[in-house]
Formats: sequence, structure tokens, C-alpha cells
Amino acid sequence: MIDIYRLEKKARQIRGQLVETSHKCHVPHLGGCLSCVDILVALYWQILKIDPEEPNKQGSDKFILSKGHAAHALFTTLAYKGFFDRQLLDNYGGLDNPLGEHPLPNCVSGVEIATGSLGHGLSFALGMALAAKLKQQSQKFFVLMGDGEINEGSVWEAALFAPMHQLDNVIAIIDYNKWQATGRSAEVMSLESITEKWQAFGWEAMAVDGHNMEQLLLTLKAAKKVKGKPIAIIADTVKGKGISFMQDDNNWHYRIPTNDEVMTAKKELGLIK
Amino acid sequence: MRNQFAETVTELARTDERVVLLSGDIGNRLFNAYKEIAPERFYNCGIAEANMITMAAGLALSGFKPVAYTITPFITTRCLEQIKVDLCYHNLPVILVGTGSGLSYAELGATHHSCEDIAIMRALPNMTVICTADTTEVRLALTEAMKVDGPVYIRMGKKNEPNVHCSDPIFNIGKGISLTEGKDICIIATGNMVATAMEVSEQLLEKQISTKVVSMHTVKPLDKALLMNIFNEYKHVVTLEEHNVVGGFGSAVAEWYVDNCRHYVNLLRIGTPDRFISHVVSQQDARKKYQLLAEPIADKINKVLEKEKI
Repeated sequence: MIDIYRLEKKARQIRGQLVETSHKCHVPHLGGCLSCVDILVALYWQILKIDPEEPNKQGSDKFILSKGHAAHALFTTLAYKGFFDRQLLDNYGGLDNPLGEHPLPNCVSGVEIATGSLGHGLSFALGMALAAKLKQQSQKFFVLMGDGEINEGSVWEAALFAPMHQLDNVIAIIDYNKWQATGRSAEVMSLESITEKWQAFGWEAMAVDGHNMEQLLLTLKAAKKVKGKPIAIIADTVKGKGISFMQDDNNWHYRIPTNDEVMTAKKELGLIK
Repeated sequence: MRNQFAETVTELARTDERVVLLSGDIGNRLFNAYKEIAPERFYNCGIAEANMITMAAGLALSGFKPVAYTITPFITTRCLEQIKVDLCYHNLPVILVGTGSGLSYAELGATHHSCEDIAIMRALPNMTVICTADTTEVRLALTEAMKVDGPVYIRMGKKNEPNVHCSDPIFNIGKGISLTEGKDICIIATGNMVATAMEVSEQLLEKQISTKVVSMHTVKPLDKALLMNIFNEYKHVVTLEEHNVVGGFGSAVAEWYVDNCRHYVNLLRIGTPDRFISHVVSQQDARKKYQLLAEPIADKINKVLEKEKI
């Protein structure tokens, strides 16, 4: 029996940590980090077969953060899961600290691929997935993309390739928070009907509430069982999720919270009284 | 050269199970032999070069030796972002092979010309840049590139290029090959202009000018020791390439010269001019138009030497 409450609590702690580090070390992109926290917690605590002590062990599942600007969310998740010392978060972005606004190649244990330029992660996963098929290994490759990110043409090149080669070891998750850098996704480059688009490309497409832990786990588990085609999970999310004054407010793509805002956020998350 | 490439990559795939060939929907039947020996390690990636390059990065990260192949503009500038970020930034051993480089596809128009690829590829950190002169160099370059622990770009012509090597030379990446010895002038050529350099040297010989010809197949890293010898020994050095004089092989040599040479040497850089060819011609006619045939080059060199006598 999975303790959903425990996972939700973990997500709240990570959200609190994100807001705190953002304030202390001036790390932007809070909105897009907060929208994918529940997905990351579901993956790292329940879905991925990966050992924090030895993440590159043969046959381990892989996670690629294609929306590299959410590096802060990934690093915080990895630190909480024990991939590296949580103290690194105290000096985020500092001189000689491996944690930056985007991940560097092999910057910390658990991160191999540098992302930041959008539209690369899915093709990287496809290459690794082909390699796994050639080696007859059965691990899965998870990729998290932003909805703005899938404006990139390279994503759709990959979207064409994967079903053609029955890459059922690739699970693409789209953090559909409906905002991109400068506006509503629907007003910049409309993605509707997003689920149908992936279906039409030959993917097993599933829509899920990206903040409902129970549903997320069910969907991710179902995705792992799909045979013969790649899987796209459209996770319906809210940018800035979890903190009332950040939710669905695109200013938090770049804004840094004040000390008072950190306190308010942590109270809302139930981390302090 | 492309037939040689297909033959060599097939040979390499036969003996090394890490070799994976990715093609951008060209080479109809070219890879039939390859597909017979390693069908599971051949992917026609379609006309989708960005995805092809990044998938190659993913394969390399998983221990394979991917070779990605298509027409030069489409394996270089079309997917430059992916080459820079996924191959060079991660320093992954992926071999990019461009066919029809320079003006090889002159008749297809400027969309298919590549006279900027050397400049762009050599500006990328971690990238090795090799321009092959003939089928022998294609075979040796590809074989050696397999041993490089980082990205390599191999620039080829198309087909029926004349041979410049009658036997296998000692081929090391980053080491030029001296083809003829001479005392008056040195022509350092790269890629599909090496054969022309040989012709030029023959024409100059008729005028009692003796020429040293070097095939500088590796543009990056440059053979600095060889350059130092040449610049110490010759008062006149010519670089020759089928590429824009802006940023190409000649520029690389000029940069080396400015940074390293403390005495004057007359450096003549010959390549394509900084403009597009606006009408459809054969490679031969394109070279004629740009004065890249042996005769105008020999004339140009002769004039430089004549001037010195006055």
C-alpha cells in the first residue's frame, strides 16, 4: 500500500525548499519548477528503478529533464532523495557549486545530460532507448518536457521516429502548465488538441491531473506496461502550483520571492505555523 | 568517396559491434552491404537531421559508436544546435560524415553547396575536423576517427574524385601528409582540392618552379609542427580549399601564422569567394567561375613569384 500522504508531504517539503533557495540564492524559474514537483516526486519515490548510490548501474531507468530551466526542481528532488548532499542547495549557483540554472553534463550524481536549450531531451532518450533495445535491456527512459518546449520542431521529428521503431521504453511526460516564457501557450503557439496530436503521431497518449499523486502513480504504472509503442503523458498542471500567490501567475517565471513571501509560502505549505 | 565510405563503414561494423549507422534518407542502395551484415544497427532517420544527431548522442552515451551520414549542409548547418550542445558540449564520440561537400553538388544550387561548414565546425570546442582528399583518405580517416573519444566531422566529396595517394600513406589525425617535395613554394591543400594542388605543382614545374604539396586533411587540430617547418622553410605559402576564404582552412592557417610566426611569409589563401553562386552549373564550371582550376591557380602563384623577382 503506497502512502500517498507521505508523497504529498515530500512534495510540499520540496516546494518549500525551492521557494527558500530561490530567495536565498536568487534562482529564477519558480513557476515551471513548482508545476512539475508532483511528477518528480512520483517518479523518484515510486516509479524509477534507480539507485541513488549508483544511478548509472547497468539497466537502471533514466530520467531526462528536457525542460532544463526546471533544473532547480530536479536538483532539489535528487538532493532530497539522497543522490547528493543536501547542503549543496545552500550555496546554489555559487562559485564551484555544480548546481546552476540549467544542468551541466554530469554535474551531479543522477544527471548525465545538459539541457537548457529546449527540444533536445526526447531525441536523447530515443538514442538511449535504441541502445537499450540493441543491448536487450529492459529499462525505461522518462523525459519531462514543457508545453512551451514542444513548440520546437525537433520534438516532432522525434515524435515521428519513436512509434516507427516501437520504442515502448520511452515515456514522455509533458508538464502542461499552459504558460510559456512570455504568455499563455494558447496565445503563443496553441497546442490543442495536445493529447490527440500525440495519439495521431502513433503514441499511446494519456492525460492525467499532474498534481493528483494517486492518479499520477496509476498513469505512470500503466505507461510502463504499454507494449509496442511509445507513451506520452499529458500532465495537466498549474504553473506556480502549491503557493496561492504564485499559482497561474507567469511573473514567477523570472521573479525571486522576498523573505516575507517565503514565510507566507511555507505557512501555506504547512511547513511552519 | 561515398562508395568508399559505405564500404569502410560496413567493414568497421563487421568487426566492431558498437558501430551504428544513421542516415538522413539518402544513399539509396548505397548501404545494402551494411544492411546485410548489421541490419539492426542501421537506421534511416528520415529527413529529420536534428533528431538524428541527438539520437546519435544518446547512442554514444550508451556506449555505441554512431556514424551519422547525409549531404554536407544537412549534417552540419541544418542541425548545428544539436551538434554544438549534444555532441560537442557533452564531448561524445559521434562521427558526422558529410557527402557532396564544397561545390560537389554545384548543379543542385546553393542550398546544396557547403562552403561554410569548415568554418562553423572548427569553431566548436571538442570537434575534430577532417577533409578527405580521395578514397584512401576516406577509408583511413573513418578508421582513425573511430578511435577518437569525441565528435569528429569528416568532409567528403561525392564520387569519382581523382586519387592523390597511390598507396596507403601514414595517416594520423592532426598530422599533414607531404605529397611532393619542392623548394620554391608550398601549397597546403585540404580535402577535394588536394588533387588540384598536384595539378598546379605540375604546371608550375613547366615554369621551373618546384612545389611542395601537403594534404592537410585535419583542419582541427592543425598540424602545428608541420606548419612551423613550412613557414620556416618557405617564403611563399598557399592554402587551397573548396570553401569560403572566410573562416575556412586558410583562415585557420592564417590564425596560426599570426599567433606563432615572428617573421614575414607571403600567405596566399585560395578558396571560394564570399558570395553564393546564383545560377546552376557543374562543379567543373563552378570551379572555373571561381578560378579554382589548376591553370588560374598556377597563374596566380606565378604572378606572385614574378613580382618578387622585380
